[in-house]
Amino acid sequence: MSEMNENPLDILPEVLLAASAVFGLLLAAWLPRRRQWLVGLLAAAAAGAGIVAAAVAAAHPDVTAFGEAFTVDPVTSTSRIVVLGALLLVLALFARQFHAHPRESETYVLVQLSALGALVMAGTQDLLLLAAGYLLTSIPAYTLAGFRKDGPGTEAALKYYVIGALLGVLMLGGITVLYAAGRATGYPSLGPTLSDAPEGLVAAGAVGLLAGVLFKAGAVPAHFWVPDTVQGSTAPVAAFLTTIPKIGALAALLRLGEAVLADSGMPWPEVIAVIAAASMTLGNLAAFFQDDVKRLLAYSTISQVGYLLLPVAVTGRSDLAQPALLYYVAAYAVTNLGAFAVVCALPRATRLADYRGLARRRPLLSASLVICLLGLVGTPPTAVFVGKLEAFSAAIDGGYTWLTILAAVNTVASLFYYLRWIAPAVSPGNGTALTDSDRSARGVAYTATLISVGLGLAAGPVLPALGGSLAT
Amino acid sequence: MLTALVFAPTAVALLLLALPSRMPVQALRTVWVTTATAELGLVVAIWAGYRTAGGIQYELRARWIPSAGVGYHVGVDGLSLPLLALTCVLFLACALYSLRENRRFREFAALFLFLQTTCLGLFVSLDLILFFVFFDLSIVAMFFIIAGWGHHDAKRAALKFFLYTFIGSLALLLGFIGLYLAATPHTFDIVDLTRQNPLAGRSAYAALVLLAVVIGLAVKTPTVPFHTWLPPAHTEAPAAGSAILAGVLLKMGTYGFLRIAMPLLPDAWRRYAIVIVVIGVVSVLHGALVALAQTDFKRMVAYTSVNHMGYIILAVGAAAATADTSAQARSLAITGSVTQMVSHGLITGALFLLAGVMYERGRTYDMSAYGGLAATAPVFAALTGAAAFASLGLPGFSGFIAEFQIFTGSLGPRPLATALSVLGILLTAGLFLRALRQILMGPLRLPDAPGTPRVFPDLRAHEYAGIVPLLVLTVVLGVAPRFLLDVIEPASREVLEQLAR
Repeated sequence: MSEMNENPLDILPEVLLAASAVFGLLLAAWLPRRRQWLVGLLAAAAAGAGIVAAAVAAAHPDVTAFGEAFTVDPVTSTSRIVVLGALLLVLALFARQFHAHPRESETYVLVQLSALGALVMAGTQDLLLLAAGYLLTSIPAYTLAGFRKDGPGTEAALKYYVIGALLGVLMLGGITVLYAAGRATGYPSLGPTLSDAPEGLVAAGAVGLLAGVLFKAGAVPAHFWVPDTVQGSTAPVAAFLTTIPKIGALAALLRLGEAVLADSGMPWPEVIAVIAAASMTLGNLAAFFQDDVKRLLAYSTISQVGYLLLPVAVTGRSDLAQPALLYYVAAYAVTNLGAFAVVCALPRATRLADYRGLARRRPLLSASLVICLLGLVGTPPTAVFVGKLEAFSAAIDGGYTWLTILAAVNTVASLFYYLRWIAPAVSPGNGTALTDSDRSARGVAYTATLISVGLGLAAGPVLPALGGSLAT
Repeated sequence: MLTALVFAPTAVALLLLALPSRMPVQALRTVWVTTATAELGLVVAIWAGYRTAGGIQYELRARWIPSAGVGYHVGVDGLSLPLLALTCVLFLACALYSLRENRRFREFAALFLFLQTTCLGLFVSLDLILFFVFFDLSIVAMFFIIAGWGHHDAKRAALKFFLYTFIGSLALLLGFIGLYLAATPHTFDIVDLTRQNPLAGRSAYAALVLLAVVIGLAVKTPTVPFHTWLPPAHTEAPAAGSAILAGVLLKMGTYGFLRIAMPLLPDAWRRYAIVIVVIGVVSVLHGALVALAQTDFKRMVAYTSVNHMGYIILAVGAAAATADTSAQARSLAITGSVTQMVSHGLITGALFLLAGVMYERGRTYDMSAYGGLAATAPVFAALTGAAAFASLGLPGFSGFIAEFQIFTGSLGPRPLATALSVLGILLTAGLFLRALRQILMGPLRLPDAPGTPRVFPDLRAHEYAGIVPLLVLTVVLGVAPRFLLDVIEPASREVLEQLAR
């Protein structure tokens, strides 16, 4: 172990986000209600600066901070850029809907804190810090889910909170057990010791640990909160909940698989493969006949996590796994946000049938919707296509051909419900629910669509940057 | 040059969408037809500059996603050049034919232009992922054409079409990934993979990859038993959409056999060629028999497509037989299969446009609703007759040349299969003659649906402009096919060499 390294510049993006959240809270106490958007602006500035700092850090060699608890390697750097980029889009989604809202600045602060938790989860290589990141991501998010203070919002928050608290406790228990088995919490020292530890102990600990991380990722079997929470919370919050925490959770899973559990007594690839198969299949089946757009997108994110877990399952077995996951996460984040942005842009259209006539009334918005939904399917040349291509290649390379075939079959099945949404959007109709629309959300939808296609076309320069080795 | 050819239509499509909505529809029509004409001109120029000696020409290789082994690699050879020309001819014909389309013309034209990009792009792709990208995008574009401009049950048909062909495309993708992982260094480049032959000697792996690729291509082609998406898609699509679907999109499957399956998996292809031959024969006979049972004109033509594609499958399967048959015969079979692709595109394109004429006048494809049209619409009758005879392979038309080559080439290696397939010709002859008698002969009878005027005016100028050139080209190819065969033959010899490794 090297000497303690506590240079705060190494974790500049995280520091910026935390500082902006605290400062925003103070600022909000002084600002009149009409001026509270300044807090949002501050958050956006912090996120923007964080992206620059993360990009600069990515160009430098890997470092660790806080002893070896936090590492800055390609996984962290990519997650930082994706989380902060997604945060920028989410902030833009909030801007209009929460403008002059009694709790406007609180929203921005909570979103930032939750995103900070996702960043911690992505970069940590210590189980205790992982637990801290988990709590930091979750607690603000519980509040956000219930932000509307109405029936569905309360139910959303309650469900989210109860399941989150339960699985969080399980996770802490799992961490304790792993600590007992391996006598360390840092991955670099924990990983080697676990291979000699009693298998049952490791398995029990890993299951508890996974419960928490899978909850954040929204994967089966910890997915029960997703549909109700997404449907019950406001659309921008739903966009946030289905995107940013997942990024941190998946990065954490990749690290756990690579550094801690791959060589332990636990059958890591098999477990993740089964979870992946269950997530994509159950998510898809449940999405089939949903009529509420938010609920449909909620189930769609469950199935997407299934595909995202393909590279996680073969981590350590295929060199393609890490770039595949990182690229797919970025592609998923931007495409999912694009689809949610369309939902945010049309606050009165909540059912699939309400979208009838969208192509007539708002051709660009309907084009965004079609591209984002087909993008989620994985139609080229959008980014998710390249992500899926990489994920499939990694899974076949790692010996999981059956899982890849299942993923392909699921992809086809998912087409069905995405087309159920696309069909009304492009067919003629009067579209009474489409009258008022939110301009900044429209902007986000167009931006996300452009990024989604652009990232797909420009995968050439992006992919190699994601391939560096983990700093363990 | 190829890049310009491929992407110009999409550029124009974006331009069309960006034009202000006050733009008169006449201007949009002019833009579409001009673009399609320019594309055809470009292909003619490419053909003129093509050296018939063979090999890949106009090649362009650029980096795209090097870390994933994906590159932007395009080029033409004797397999793809005829299909490029066919694509441009058919799209021009559809542009002319659709001049009177008045439902959301701007979007219609833009979709067709985009579709043209995907078709041309597929035929010039020399990279598996590039091929796949265009393959998938063609499905998307065609889905919107069927769903947006089709007849009353179009949504279902479009969905079925999309789901089926998308399943196929994913099987194809899995096969491509299999090839990619087998190659060292990992690559999706078709030329590199052909040279490497990465699956030589790995029979189980190769069989799996071949299975995935063949399923993907067979769905698109379509062959029995993956053909069930085709009749509803054809029946519900607008006339121009059907013409493109049958004329160009089906060729993506058969072209894939020649471009990907045979050169990249030669061992496996030879081992399982008998399966391919059987699928071909079953497609020929099943397609013809089911077509015989149809009362709906467009459905009937759709099923004859299954039959005609079956000949191609037979030929590519028979060409793999190595046992003591002359290379010349097998080369003939491959040449015939490419000729058949071109010929079928032209003839079926014309037949579907004629079906569109029928529907436009009578609002139904039901053959029993019509009768004696030869008296009121002689030109329509003459063209339909010509197209039908061309389709059943009468000498003097391109179909005869193609089928003659296929049968001659396949008879040596696979005598029984070929003999059975020849029965297909007999069946199609019967069904076309029956259809012609029903529609054209006898006392005048017109559908009596509410809202249809009880007259059957003869062809209008834009319909002439769309249909006649296609039939003229079939006759030209039927009488003087040399210029086409000169291009194809070196390429088919090359395919055989790759197959013999």
